[in-house]
Amino acid sequence: MTIRLGGILAGLAITAVLVLWSLLPGAYNYAFGPAPEKQPSYAFYEHGHGPEGGFAFDGAFGKWDIAQLQRGYQVYKEVCKACHSLKFVAFRDLKQLGYTEAEIDAEAATWTVPGIDPATGEATTRPGEPTDYFPSPFPNAIAAAAANNNAIPPDLSLMAKARHDGSNYIYDLMMGYGEADPAKATKVGFETPDGLYFNKHFPNVNIAMPPPLSDDQVTYADGTKATTAQMSKDVAAFLTWTAEPSLIERRQTGWFVLGFLLFATTLAFLSYKQIWAGLKPKKK
Amino acid sequence: MSFAWAKQYEPQSAFTKWIDEKLPLPRLVYNAVGAGYPVPRNLNYMWNFGVLAGFCLMLQIVTGVVLAMHYAANGLVAFATVEHIMRDVNYGWMLRYAHANGASFFFIVIYLHIFRGFFYSSYKAPREMIWLLGVVIFLLMMATAFMGYVLPWGQMSFWGAQVITGLFSAIPLVGEPLQIWLLGGFAPDNAALNRFFSLHFLLPFVIAGVVILHIWALHIPGSSNPTGVEVKQESDTVPFHPYYTAKDGFGLGVFLILFTAMVFFLPNALGHPDNYIEANPLSTPAHIVPEWYFWPFYAILRAFTGDLTIPFTGIVLVQAKLLGVIAMFGSILLWFVLPWLDKSPVRSGHYRPLFRKFFWFGLIPTMAVLFYCGGAPAEEPFVVLSQLATAYYFLHFLVILPIISQIEVPKPLPFSITEAVLGKDKAPEAPRAGSVDGGDLGAAPEGSLQPAE
Amino acid sequence: MATDTAATTEVSEDGVRRRDWIHIAALGTAGVGGASVLFPLISQMAPSADVLAASTTEVDVSAIQPGQSIKATFRKQPLFVKRLTADEIAKAKADDASDMRDPAKLADRTKAGHEDVLVTMGVCTHLGCVPLGAAEGENKGEFGGYFCPCHGSHYDVAGRIRKGPAPKNLVVPEYEFTSDTVIRVG
Repeated sequence: MTIRLGGILAGLAITAVLVLWSLLPGAYNYAFGPAPEKQPSYAFYEHGHGPEGGFAFDGAFGKWDIAQLQRGYQVYKEVCKACHSLKFVAFRDLKQLGYTEAEIDAEAATWTVPGIDPATGEATTRPGEPTDYFPSPFPNAIAAAAANNNAIPPDLSLMAKARHDGSNYIYDLMMGYGEADPAKATKVGFETPDGLYFNKHFPNVNIAMPPPLSDDQVTYADGTKATTAQMSKDVAAFLTWTAEPSLIERRQTGWFVLGFLLFATTLAFLSYKQIWAGLKPKKK
Repeated sequence: MSFAWAKQYEPQSAFTKWIDEKLPLPRLVYNAVGAGYPVPRNLNYMWNFGVLAGFCLMLQIVTGVVLAMHYAANGLVAFATVEHIMRDVNYGWMLRYAHANGASFFFIVIYLHIFRGFFYSSYKAPREMIWLLGVVIFLLMMATAFMGYVLPWGQMSFWGAQVITGLFSAIPLVGEPLQIWLLGGFAPDNAALNRFFSLHFLLPFVIAGVVILHIWALHIPGSSNPTGVEVKQESDTVPFHPYYTAKDGFGLGVFLILFTAMVFFLPNALGHPDNYIEANPLSTPAHIVPEWYFWPFYAILRAFTGDLTIPFTGIVLVQAKLLGVIAMFGSILLWFVLPWLDKSPVRSGHYRPLFRKFFWFGLIPTMAVLFYCGGAPAEEPFVVLSQLATAYYFLHFLVILPIISQIEVPKPLPFSITEAVLGKDKAPEAPRAGSVDGGDLGAAPEGSLQPAE
Repeated sequence: MATDTAATTEVSEDGVRRRDWIHIAALGTAGVGGASVLFPLISQMAPSADVLAASTTEVDVSAIQPGQSIKATFRKQPLFVKRLTADEIAKAKADDASDMRDPAKLADRTKAGHEDVLVTMGVCTHLGCVPLGAAEGENKGEFGGYFCPCHGSHYDVAGRIRKGPAPKNLVVPEYEFTSDTVIRVG
């Protein structure tokens, strides 16, 4: 009885504190106080939907489009790598993109990675080897910030998983540059600050990265026309692969496991019914 | 076991007899989860979740021990070792996704287990000790899950560690030194990461120990059941094996189908993208949220927005931050006194018309609102909604339950479990467990055992 | 498990056996499932992709003077590369026919055209210590090659075990000359 009385009193006390000191003032403010100021970016931000027709790896049965991944790698190599590292990916991983070991050896050698002079022990550079990871364009974060107007270009290895709906996000971001809608701009009084660029698919619509892609910026080896949309899609696919190289293997294993479990669970259900069958006479 | 008709373990061969004399482990298993444990025959599928929770604990320990073989708890390399697991370790991606989603599924299972206990009043005498140990397990699980989420050392890990240890700074006088002591520094860093890893490895084994006590305590009164009527006779029960081993086997299969579907097809759906960004002490993510299983409690924490002041004087008695922390811990700690708050002699919600209304139309929607608001940004209308839900939450357990247990007129209970299952007229001659006439094989649909909801 | 249930044993005689298969099938399938879970759990302890990838080493042998050795690293283990003097080659060849625990000819342990370059692992085949003799002034043992101080194994100039507990000659890893002066091990 004491516990119940104590409980009732404690419950009433907590509720009273909550209602009188938090809920009522808050609700009063919500109803009669000044409306919270909306950030101008809300007006300009547009939610993207990824490329037309989606990606080859979309859906539970999707597959990599190897040619596309190779094109995306070319875009990374010729455009993105100037500022963005890819530090969790090694040259040996390119094997998954359909390159032979000899091609990977040759490809790695075209990159310059940090090394140590074997004679003097001083820091130097050497050609890359398959076991090396993609080198960072900047020696450290301070150098990256100094070279980029204080905005450090993020590592791209995991970008497709580090943003909501990342593959589509990367595509949309590449395609989102342009001018702010002037009609909206006059209404909310908004200007893109100096040194930033308007991008309607970036959460606060002002991004430090200049528009990186323009039509025919790269020349694809397979003859695909290098439109901005095409390059955006290819590099988004490539970065999806770098973020989750096991994606296709994972789904294939998943189908196998699910099939096995459905079979096993059906058997378990029949066995369970069989065991209980004798026990339960009809309820009258 | 407590029931006179429980089957006795009888070793057959000379070897099993010798084992039984020296170390009666087979006998223990036989009596705990074998044919020697008589269980009410009318358990519905809500009773599957105890065994499933045990399975989840084993799953987490096995995958966790294996992951620890490749992980390094050092701020410089922790994030990279997780990527090493995902990319280079054989089947590392599978093991890590199983562990990460395993935590979520563990909480799904445990929440169903707890809310089954609420509805069927499984916490009531003579089962108070089982309930108390269960609450201890839940608290240990929350601590373990929190520390595990810090280990990948992503942005959510880092800021989760910062914010959760920050809760302790709300305690008057000792709060701030306590937070610094917990972290071993002024911000989360190697010291915090290492101790979290050590404890994250240790606590699951502590949980396993408390689980053994939980099951031990369970075997003294025996399992509860959907009618809430205690076992009276042998015909009320069936041996755990094979009846419930078979049913739990089927339940495990269904669980694994759902679990593997998440692991192999949507492994990141329950996580947060920001945790794939390496921890950065200089930048907080725009919208930090804990893992989904903490959302209801996070909503209670954030519901207290106003300091407790003496009106018109401006004197602050208790700061809002501390009120939130007290309420959040209180919302779970009050479960410890639940067996003594709800004094209704009737256990099952099926026979308690008033209690049932408050359960389905009060507690469950409240939990849903708290869950939703906990994951939403701290803006209106979510703040007001979470305040209303928090108020109801405390009123439900502390005020409504004691009062309705006093004034409610329960529905008539069946005389026994057998009667509830088989109907009144047939009860006295009801077939006993294990002696069945062949004519009835497979005749009763499963639904005949399921209390209508 | 399947047959000892009261419910099935007391069912009429013809019903029992026909129904038992379902329990056996269910248990068997569960067993297969449980066993296949062991595969990733065991496999994860095998070398990971980055370890396997880092398994070749290139060594420039041009700077090694006759009679000198260098230590390199191959798969995180020491690798001895030694340039034999003419005397040592003659001595090793003379010993080719003598009684040895693990008989091998010098010609089998070097590459044709480069028989003055002896490449061996620097791991004693007894219990894995690093033998002495690769660096200047170290004890080369009774046969002038390598000497393992842990348990007293003596290797000759060709890295063959001649005395002591080690069962095998120093291992010659797979390698090739990618040019006249560079070897690629692994």
